[in-house]
Formats: sequence, structure tokens, C-alpha cells
Amino acid sequence: MAFRNPIRCVPSAAVAALAAVTLGAAAPAPSVIKIDNFTFGPADATVPVGATITWVNGDDIPHTVVAVDKSFRSKVLDTDEKFSFTFTKAGTYAYFCSIHPHMTGKVIVK
Amino acid sequence: MEHAPNRRRMLECMGWAGAGLLWTMAGGVASSVTLDAARAAQARPKVKPFTFLQVSDSHIGFAKDPNPDARATFREAVGKIQAMPVKPAFIIHTGDITQLSKPEEFDDADQILKQTGLTVFHVPGEHDMLDDANGQAYLDRYGKATGARGDGWYAFDHDGVHFIGLINVKQLKAGGMGHFGDEQLAWLKQDLAGRRASTPIVVFTHVPMWTVYQQWGWGTDDAARALAMLARFGSVTVLNGHIHQVLQKTEGHVAFHTARSTAFPQPAPGAAPSPGPMKVPAGELRSVLGVRTVTYTPGSEALAVVDAALA
Repeated sequence: MAFRNPIRCVPSAAVAALAAVTLGAAAPAPSVIKIDNFTFGPADATVPVGATITWVNGDDIPHTVVAVDKSFRSKVLDTDEKFSFTFTKAGTYAYFCSIHPHMTGKVIVK
Repeated sequence: MEHAPNRRRMLECMGWAGAGLLWTMAGGVASSVTLDAARAAQARPKVKPFTFLQVSDSHIGFAKDPNPDARATFREAVGKIQAMPVKPAFIIHTGDITQLSKPEEFDDADQILKQTGLTVFHVPGEHDMLDDANGQAYLDRYGKATGARGDGWYAFDHDGVHFIGLINVKQLKAGGMGHFGDEQLAWLKQDLAGRRASTPIVVFTHVPMWTVYQQWGWGTDDAARALAMLARFGSVTVLNGHIHQVLQKTEGHVAFHTARSTAFPQPAPGAAPSPGPMKVPAGELRSVLGVRTVTYTPGSEALAVVDAALA
């Protein structure tokens, strides 16, 4: 049932996210992660210890930003609402939208 | 995805028919029932046909393109219900009652539905879980009337049909889809135990129980466990919302039906960059919103599902 033509299946949002990840490697550490089209952009971000990241919801549907290890959890973010978190410890922080759990992202703090 | 029955499937069906199953067609969807069950149903003359309604995804509080006022379109849906020539037995709302779980959004939804004078059975959508206590507001408001267990699941019987309201919008995991969880599935097993296989079952929940489109989370991770428990029943109808469009599929004795929203449409699976609201011209909005009527006729045991647009 879930098997499909792999080419037809990749949503363009995923392609965009992939592009953002590739760019992210060379770009300066992001301080803003934009939520657009049910995707965190960039989905993977690397920042120094002490950095603050702000998530902004650009969709017309509410989203949340929730760490898998529960180290941070936003309230529900409606359109254009923001959530910020300061990373004081090194590590890899996987997070997702608790409303649309297929939306995932990762912050690597070095 | 292939929905039409192919030759092999038809032959399988015919094979089953030869082995004592009665196949019927309702709304283009084949359903089967054992001959014993059909006879048993006919032997129960006191059970009468009845009709109930499904509304879904009212998103009270939504006020963006393509619908500046989801309250207004929900009122129109209720107007259609009030104008129905045959009074339905009750209404099932398959979730996303509200946009942001605000008390005033729940209040307004309740007030609008109250105009029908009908009992309403709810299950929550993920938009009804957005209070600070992660769904407690929903449970406090609707749980008591149905004797809900756990996060709000429950069952009831109506004129020979067993209805089960399941919750698949809580305890969601990163990277996953909808989720029932062990506690709810243990309860379901207990609820179904000892029930005759000829009992028609209607399951209603928010997120589809079949994987419509995994990339958008349009499915339920552990639905297979629930469907395995339902496999022995001759007639199972699954009603859900969440994806704001009419889709149907039959697998074995299980007919899956997803319903329209009363607030805004969503794109066909994979047809847009994201599952966000589909923008349609104002003049077309009401043609993609709607209300569903479901009729159960004892003896046939196939539930007839009719989706009517608001305009």
C-alpha cells in the first residue's frame, strides 16, 4: 500500500529541505529556522554553544517545535508566531512538530 | 494507488461468495456478509434501518484563504442537516472541531451543532489537542457524556450496530503518523472480545487508518494491529476526516471512507508542495465542503455512504 514510484513520491518540500541542508554546510550558523510548507528550513542546523535559534511559522496552519528529549517545547505557533530557545549545552537535538509529526528537524550544538 | 478491483480480486470475491458469503454493493463499494449473518439479521425484525451523519474538520476559528469564516460554512452545513427530510439518528464529528483548541472555538462549535437538536459523538483531531494540557480541555468537555476511557476512546451501540470512537492524534512520535498506542489497542481488544462476527462495526477516528500518503503523515502507524482485531467481522466501516477530501478504499471486509471538511479543502495526496489548505476561488469553496450521510439497512449489512457538498 505504501510502496510507490519513488520519483513520483518525493514531495517538492523534501527536495527543498535537501537543498537547504546542502547549503547549510557552507552558510553561517542560522539563527532563524523558517517553517514553510510543513518543512523546517533548514531541517538540520549546526550552531555554537550559547546560540539562540528562533523558529517562525510561515504556514497558514499551526505548528509546534518539540524536542524529542523534551529539552524544549513551544506552545502552538499560529501563522507568523515565533519560538526561541538558547542552546547552552553541546549535543544533537532532534525535534519535530507534535501536530504533524512527519515534520522533523535537528540542531547540532558544537 | 489502485482502487478498482482487478480480475484476480474479483475472482477471489467470487470464490468467497461460493463459500457462503453474500456480496452487496453500496455507493460503489462492495461489502460482504456471511449468509448466516444475513439470515440472523433478517431474523431480528425489531431492528430498523437508520441513518446517521458524519461531519468533520470544522476548524472553528480558521479565517484564512480560502475560507474567511469557518463558522459561517459550519452553520451552512448545519442548515443542510436541519433541512433533511428524514431526521438522522445522531451525528458523528470526526475531529478538528477547532483550529487552535480555544475555549471560545469549542463553545461556538457546540452552539452551532446544538441547532440540529441531535446527539453528537466526537473524536478529537490534532487541532483539538492544542491546549496547554495537551488535550485535557477536549476530554473535560466531551469525555464524560460517552464514558470515555484513557485519552477519550469509547464505544456505543445503536440498533444492532457497534460504534467505536478511536483516538489517533495523541502520543504522536517524531517522524511518525497517527498513533493509537498500546493502552487503547488493549481496550479495543477487550471491547471486541466475545462480540459476534455478524455484528456490523463502525469505527470512527480522525486520521485515516490506511496509509493514504506517508510523506504527509496521512496514515496511522499502528492501524494494522487494530485492523487485525477487526478482521473476523463481516462488516466493518471506517469513517475518518483529517485530509479534507472524499476518498474510499475497500480491503477485505473493511470499507474506509475519508470525509470532506466543512472549512477548507486539502490537495490530493502529493499534488502540492504541502498538505496545507488548498486555495480555491470563493465561488467554488462550497463545492468542496460537505456533510456525509450513512445509512444502515439490516439484512444487507452494507452501509450506504453518500457525500453531499454544501453547494
